[in-house]
Amino acid sequence: MRFTDSKAARLAALTGLMLAPGAVLADELNSGDTAWMITATALVLFMTIPGLSLFYAGMVRSKNVLSVLMQCFAITGLMSLLWAFYGYSLAFEDGGALNGFVGGLGKAFLSGVTVDAMSGTIPETVFMTFQMTFAVITPALIVGAFAERMKFSTMLVFMALWLTLCYAPVCHWVWGGGWLGQFGILDFAGGTVVHINAGIAGLAACIVLGPRKGYPSTPMPPNNLGYTIIGAGMLWVGWFGFNAGSELAADNVAGMALAVTQLATAAAALTWMFCEWTAHGKPSVLGIASGAVAGLVAITPASGAVGPMGAIIIGIASGLVCFIFSTRIKRAMSYDDSLDVFGIHAIGGIIGALLTGVFAAQSLGGAGFGDGNTSIGSQVVAQGIGVVATMAYTFIVSFILLKILDALMGLRVSEEQEQEGLDLALHDERGYIL
Amino acid sequence: MKLVTAIIKPFKLDDVRGALADMGIQGMTITEVKGFGRQKGHTELYRGAEYVVDFLPKVKLEVAVDSDKLDSTIEAITEAARTGKIGDGKIFVTDLPQAIRIRTGETGAEAL
Repeated sequence: MRFTDSKAARLAALTGLMLAPGAVLADELNSGDTAWMITATALVLFMTIPGLSLFYAGMVRSKNVLSVLMQCFAITGLMSLLWAFYGYSLAFEDGGALNGFVGGLGKAFLSGVTVDAMSGTIPETVFMTFQMTFAVITPALIVGAFAERMKFSTMLVFMALWLTLCYAPVCHWVWGGGWLGQFGILDFAGGTVVHINAGIAGLAACIVLGPRKGYPSTPMPPNNLGYTIIGAGMLWVGWFGFNAGSELAADNVAGMALAVTQLATAAAALTWMFCEWTAHGKPSVLGIASGAVAGLVAITPASGAVGPMGAIIIGIASGLVCFIFSTRIKRAMSYDDSLDVFGIHAIGGIIGALLTGVFAAQSLGGAGFGDGNTSIGSQVVAQGIGVVATMAYTFIVSFILLKILDALMGLRVSEEQEQEGLDLALHDERGYIL
Repeated sequence: MKLVTAIIKPFKLDDVRGALADMGIQGMTITEVKGFGRQKGHTELYRGAEYVVDFLPKVKLEVAVDSDKLDSTIEAITEAARTGKIGDGKIFVTDLPQAIRIRTGETGAEAL
């Protein structure tokens, strides 16, 4: 995300030359930027419903296919409203004395976000809604870690609290004027704010909830890989809104973000496919879809700063490392991260965040380092600070939240419900009536 | 009367059906089942998790015949269903004490 202050300042100076003295300077609405951002908002929402929803739904067992779709859809509704009530304000408003940590409530209930309010060259309504779609997908990502065993009611409460206590603060730290801004960290579209954040929360969730009954000895094959790869395709397409939209303008930086997103994803998809082909003898649909997502995650923080060849290397690295994590290391550490939220989003996010520090270098085709950094070394250190801060904070807060909710409401469904399947047990519905 | 139950490879169903029709057998019931004998299953692999799937899809075909048609029925099924490879299946014969046509109430051999 680029701060729009410098853009706004330049435009204000320009319009100042043209207006009569004493006239009120306003941010000039750029219809190209606005049209693109409205579109980008729709694309990012598409990533959650139905992109991520289908990606996940296809991977669980058939008795739980609806539960995942329901969780994602409900999160979409709930996060949208909470964002309007206070989330946007906590993430992006000035927090006064606490501004290093979190924003204030000056824009609660979207006070001040009127039809005319501007955010740079686009209406603030569009900026707010665009950011809302990020606040929607980040909690939805966590669903993958506790799939097939979490209570729906507790999940709703957890997500509401997580938005408030984890998403909004971390978002504020990186994009809203909070304490991480001073390090010149490059996180264009949310490597830390979205992916590491959700991935670490996912790890906390699968540790606190425990594994699915029968894991790992009982086979739990994906019930519909057709859904999964369709969902992955939707994520890939929608991600152009996620990355190129994070420029908040229809310009050359957005164009490069578009290009690098495509290249990193393609590289990662093929890398995972070849890894699997080599390691297991055959390439697979689940593998290539997972590889693509690993690439999308890794290019997310880098998409405003790296060039095409750097993007390809980032994609290859993410495909390779996420493959190793999601297949070998997960099994060795025996936590049941059902849909590899940690293995792809946290690990991919970390890879992407750190390599952004490397490939932002102009000598490596990048756009240059963040404010205050003049070398790959210092940029990577800055990136590392962002990574570690997010990981530590979110893990601790998520863990505590989950423990409290477990005590108050219970996190897991009963054994019988888990056996029967959440679709029938929690929703009285069946996903497939064949 | 006898009840002939045959477990066969699914792709052989049309051949068996044709062979039985050729000898005048009009009706049968089929069920999609899973099973194994000596034929090994296959492995599936999802993100590094390997599963061995023992049960293979088969088709169970049940046909009720007059006792004097038993041998030719068995021969027809066997010829049509055989591929020569492991997993061709088996035929079981059980006694059928009674059979009734629901629409007319006919019993015994007339019901077949």
